[in-house]
Amino acid sequence: MRPGFLIYALATMALLSYALYQGMMVAPTERTMGEIQRIFYYHVPSAWTAFLCFIANFLASIAYLVRRNPKADAFAVTTAEVGVVFTTVVLITGPLWAKPVWGIWWTWDARLTTTLVLWLIYVSYLMFRRFSTGQQTATLAAALAIFGFIDVPIVYMSIRWWRTQHPKPVIAGGAGSGIDPEMWSALLWNLAAFVAFAGLLIWVRYRLERTRQQIDELHALQALASTEGTLTR
Amino acid sequence: MSNLYLAYAATWIIHIVYILFLSRKAARLRAEVKELER
Repeated sequence: MRPGFLIYALATMALLSYALYQGMMVAPTERTMGEIQRIFYYHVPSAWTAFLCFIANFLASIAYLVRRNPKADAFAVTTAEVGVVFTTVVLITGPLWAKPVWGIWWTWDARLTTTLVLWLIYVSYLMFRRFSTGQQTATLAAALAIFGFIDVPIVYMSIRWWRTQHPKPVIAGGAGSGIDPEMWSALLWNLAAFVAFAGLLIWVRYRLERTRQQIDELHALQALASTEGTLTR
Repeated sequence: MSNLYLAYAATWIIHIVYILFLSRKAARLRAEVKELER
């Protein structure tokens, strides 16, 4: 294990612990919802981290289509997978927050539905990559990722464009929106911690994907060598 | 209140399951590299 990775991993663990302390202990209790509102400090940073992962996937997919660099393809699959993990967190913590506050686990409103569709798009992308064996897999996956990314701004804008059960934006939501400065601080600590943690997962997953690509190349070379051997005999 | 702890626990269970998935994948790739080196 590289020392740089170890230091980064330890710093991330420390940051996650401090962010948890901020969310559970330091941030004030919300007036109407009470303690349950603290789910906000995991739910919202997870959603923003997933968005960042999908933005990275979108850029890596374009880079792959332009340059055909396998590193861009490895980065694309890595960020899609980590993005799906964080979106899963959003889809689990959301209903756990909704039930005591709205009285229902789920409703088919614009924000919830587009988020579920987002998760399904990237799960399909990963399944396609997992089960497709053709030589065009990376190219087709990159095209799928570029079109699939269209849902990211739709998810973001859904609570601005349509009347939804989901609350209106409290950040950058115009006049009347905003949160307590101490809530802001806890939110930003958790966002920093989750982004750092996603970076750690991406680091590990990217290295695994590069190793898999190199193994595939070796298998292809071995197959070519054995074919050439058969032909020259 | 219990949903708050459930949400925090669920978050970490999801991440731990993913880390286990990554470590299994790493072990499989290590075995494959050893096989190729032989």
